[in-house]
Amino acid sequence: MTPFKISFELNGAPVTAVADPRGRLSSMLRDDLGQTGTKVGCDAGDCGACTVLIDGEPCCACLVPAAQAQGTKITTVEGLNENGVLSRLQESFLHAGAAQCGICTPGMLIAAAALLARNAQPSRGEVAGALGGVLCRCTGYRKIVDAVVRAPGFNGSRVLAPAGAGVGASIRRLDGGPKAAGTEVFGADVMPQDAVTVRVVRSPHPHAAFSFGDLDGFAASHPGILAVFTAADIAGRNCFGVIPPYADQPVFADKTARYRGEAVAAIAGEADAMKALDLDRFPVAWDVLPPVLTPAEAQAEGAPRLHPGRAGNILIRGHVARGDLGAGFAQAAHIAEGRFTTPFIEHAYIEPEAGFARRVGERIEIHTPTQAPYMDREAMADIMALDVAQVRIVPLACGGGFGSKLDISLQPYIAMAAWHLKRPAALTYSRRESMQSTTKRHPSEITAKIGCDGTGRITAFEIDGVFNTGAYASWGPTVANRVPVHASGPYFTPNYAARSVAVHTNGPPAGAFRGFGVPQAAIAQECLYDVLAIMAGIDRLEFRLRNALTDGQATVTGQVMAKGVGITACLEALKPAWDRALGEAEAFNQNSKAAGLRRGVGIASCWYGCGNTSLPNPSTIRIGVTPHGRVVLHQGAVDIGQGANTAIAQIAADALGVPVHGLDLLGADTDLTPDGGKTSASRQTYVSGSAAKLSGEALRHKILRHANVSSAAKIVFKPGLLELVEGAATTAIDLSRLECDEFGYVFRGEETYDPPTKPLDEDGQGIPYAVYGYGAQIMVLSVDMALGTVKLERLVTAHDVGRAINPVLIEGQIEGGSAQGIGMALMENYIPGRTENLHDYLIPTFGDVPAVENIIIEVPDGEGPYGAKGLGEHVLIPTAPAILNAIHDATGAWIRDLPATPDKIHAAIKARKP
Amino acid sequence: MYERPTTLDAALSLLAEDRWTVLAGGTDFYPALGERAPTAPVLDLSALESLRGIRREEGCWRIGALTTWSDAIAADLPPAFHALKQAAREVGSVQIQNRATVAGNICNASPAADGVPPLLVLDAAVEAASSRGRRQIPLADFILGNRVTALRPDEIVTGITVPAASAQGRSNFVKLGSRRYLVISIAMVAARIETGADNKVSCAQVSVGACSEVALRLPELEKTLIGKHLDETLAQAVEPAHFDRLSPLDDVRASAAYRREAAAELARRAIAGCLA
Repeated sequence: MTPFKISFELNGAPVTAVADPRGRLSSMLRDDLGQTGTKVGCDAGDCGACTVLIDGEPCCACLVPAAQAQGTKITTVEGLNENGVLSRLQESFLHAGAAQCGICTPGMLIAAAALLARNAQPSRGEVAGALGGVLCRCTGYRKIVDAVVRAPGFNGSRVLAPAGAGVGASIRRLDGGPKAAGTEVFGADVMPQDAVTVRVVRSPHPHAAFSFGDLDGFAASHPGILAVFTAADIAGRNCFGVIPPYADQPVFADKTARYRGEAVAAIAGEADAMKALDLDRFPVAWDVLPPVLTPAEAQAEGAPRLHPGRAGNILIRGHVARGDLGAGFAQAAHIAEGRFTTPFIEHAYIEPEAGFARRVGERIEIHTPTQAPYMDREAMADIMALDVAQVRIVPLACGGGFGSKLDISLQPYIAMAAWHLKRPAALTYSRRESMQSTTKRHPSEITAKIGCDGTGRITAFEIDGVFNTGAYASWGPTVANRVPVHASGPYFTPNYAARSVAVHTNGPPAGAFRGFGVPQAAIAQECLYDVLAIMAGIDRLEFRLRNALTDGQATVTGQVMAKGVGITACLEALKPAWDRALGEAEAFNQNSKAAGLRRGVGIASCWYGCGNTSLPNPSTIRIGVTPHGRVVLHQGAVDIGQGANTAIAQIAADALGVPVHGLDLLGADTDLTPDGGKTSASRQTYVSGSAAKLSGEALRHKILRHANVSSAAKIVFKPGLLELVEGAATTAIDLSRLECDEFGYVFRGEETYDPPTKPLDEDGQGIPYAVYGYGAQIMVLSVDMALGTVKLERLVTAHDVGRAINPVLIEGQIEGGSAQGIGMALMENYIPGRTENLHDYLIPTFGDVPAVENIIIEVPDGEGPYGAKGLGEHVLIPTAPAILNAIHDATGAWIRDLPATPDKIHAAIKARKP
Repeated sequence: MYERPTTLDAALSLLAEDRWTVLAGGTDFYPALGERAPTAPVLDLSALESLRGIRREEGCWRIGALTTWSDAIAADLPPAFHALKQAAREVGSVQIQNRATVAGNICNASPAADGVPPLLVLDAAVEAASSRGRRQIPLADFILGNRVTALRPDEIVTGITVPAASAQGRSNFVKLGSRRYLVISIAMVAARIETGADNKVSCAQVSVGACSEVALRLPELEKTLIGKHLDETLAQAVEPAHFDRLSPLDDVRASAAYRREAAAELARRAIAGCLA
């Protein structure tokens, strides 16, 4: 329809937009006015990312007709800074660590600004109430509340770290400024001039054969549509996969779609024509086939086989065995058994996949958020029949990843369109498209049996895990391998057998999600530990301490760590909080006024190996000194919000001996940064951090040797100059007189680190990881006995990080990861065709996370940089079992089928044995 | 096509001429679009300022069709409206409450509409207008089914009226969901109780939402409550049989059996909440 002229005041200045009056205000702001600080996460009012103020009142801009802006005053995040300087509120966000990936930050800031305008001293509860309509998947919300409560009195202080004191300092994230200002560039925030828009046609059925009608006729009859792409248009291999031997996923399904949401075609055209296009009219005919939706159906006799060569639809099996299981159970005084099930879980980052590609001569550049730029580069070269040197991956700011943005998603569609049309091509997934088509956490069916002797020492442990890996392999092999290695938990388990199997179904591909199957297995192990402790009459924390792995003891893979096993330290640190919580719960439950509410306390532990399992997993970091005296850190370890840009820089700065704020950060970009590996497996602080340390040290050594000064010399960079200070003596190096290398540097350190692991033998014995991290968490909650609802009261965490590179970032990981554990325990359940949006698929809100107390434990690792261990995935693992154990403690009811929704808890309470 | 009339007459004459998708707050319109661009003609009522606000009129209270949930929260209303205000705070988020209208919630006719149970216990009626005239439809007759109302294509809702005689006593609302904010109800109950001089219940109204295609009043329970003392024991009068008329669904949010039991527990709490 004819666009309207819509005039209003935007951030204090009059503007007039020409837009569809029925269009969304969010689209007008972003597409027509170029104000991309306002983010779009769901287009349904479910996430609040697009919150703006209309005449001072917060609203979801995705739900407001553009025409209703007429005559109003609208404030977006771009209007919050004061004369180009971040406001006190924005500064407070940075100081508190309230922005991780940053995609929800504009909406949070706007909602907070509206609150503070009315109420200069809000309580924590008032903040939660006012911001409750904005979802965050990274932070667990606590630091956002901190930031808002402290904003009115915030004095602008910031932590600085002088040379040599970078490691251990809670400096603000180095890439935080643009996140708080709303200027960060996420996948959907760039639309190059002349770009075409791409949309993807997807299967509405979990299993269907299909054929196309007249595609040329379709394109010809739709003005503005320039091209349609299908499997027939793939120049290279119509196949990708993160683990090359198992690669099986087509860019476009060929004749048969294996899951609901699978791509069958892509359409490229002019932006307006694409916006108006009704994909339901695309000429494709579906022949619906019976799907197999569960591992049992998929393994049944006569079940259709999803992939040739995978009999019984089995992708892979995993296995670890140690000791003599039969003898172990024979020694057991107590044996606990159980079956546990978990559903598909969606990553639910607030940023749906988005980005653009452009062809530059005979090269293709792909600008999208990603967790794995170098893997993307190889996959795209393969798909497009190009040399890897012809592919450049430029990661944009990633609005949350959590494992799913390790796999490629939209990259082939934009790259093909840009390559063939010789115009930039952009694509933004809808929320539904993102949820339907990208990877999920594996649903699991786990049976476990654990025995302990009369003193509570574990004698035998047997576990079988069936994992629904969906239609394609993705990270299914990793889940199958990691689970048997980790399922014992961080406990000495002399007799052990763990088996896993990943089974294909017509579900969405299950891939990587924070913990690769270990969180599912930990639920079985930690809940059965509670059963055993109760049977043995031993305090549940004490039971865990008795079995806690120690230095010098063999793990279930036979690995013996000489130092760094920190689980005992974590459990001991929790002891005071545990005793207090148990006492308080008992008192609470004896109080008759609390009738109807029962308080419970739960505990669970975790361990997790950092990096690939027994496979090479190198990272390379480059640090260069320019002739102008700048130090440039080529930081290719992608920061998806967790803080690699900051933590790696802190390590590099200390290794080189310069202040961290003096470094210039570059990357990630496959043309500019060496391979920092993928952001997964909690490996960046440890592996890329080790490479950064080696590179910093190598660079320092070169400089010192050049100047012929001792290793005690201080390095001071000045414009064009480098000074080496040793006591009273200063040696100056005129950098402009030195020769530059091929990167333009006068000095350069570039080192690679690869974890020293050893292959696992046929019983899974070996050294799967060089470094593990450990942790334990206590959850205090109350259960409404009549309704089965759970209120989380308090979470106390103790995580052993070896060395805390940046404590505030660590707390952010713990609080955010445990919030995902809360969601897993209590509400999250992805059902294709049913919960493909953020109001049917529930993730925790401000009101669903408890107060958190974090105890950071530092048991130095012998291998990690400055003793550091990984943390990112560990933090999610103990939360769900701690909740289930606390629910049992409160009610006497076990929930073993997740999520523990009120109806299930209610039914379990009713079914308790008297 | 898009029109945003500034007078009711102009809106009604547009409706008389063409078929329109009517929009006020937009909070149901846009989610329903999904990934499609809007193509239907839109009649945007948001400029009909005279329809905004809650007013006491001769014999009734009138909630104008453009009254937002935030307006309802801020309005000075008698205790009988307490349930409506409680529900208002549970509709979506502050962002939604600032735009979404009470009338729109009724017109959208979701089985889980938070606004319906509190209005049912107020004997609310819907006022519909067209160029042919106006009519009043009791709320219970207005919502015919899941997303189906008695509104005719040329009509719009201009307001919701509550008889002054029903705006008496105290009301309370209890919502049950799987998380704290931004949540669709598993079940919800509104109750309104009037008492006589002896503190005996003279009028009781209880309604349940999200447990049947259309939210329902519970006359059997209401009858049981009449004549009993309004005190801590009143909620004990709630019995499972009072909920026989519900037809809850088994779905991803909860099982049917749970909904039925939860409704009874919520009713006890809603009734107890009327003590004050």
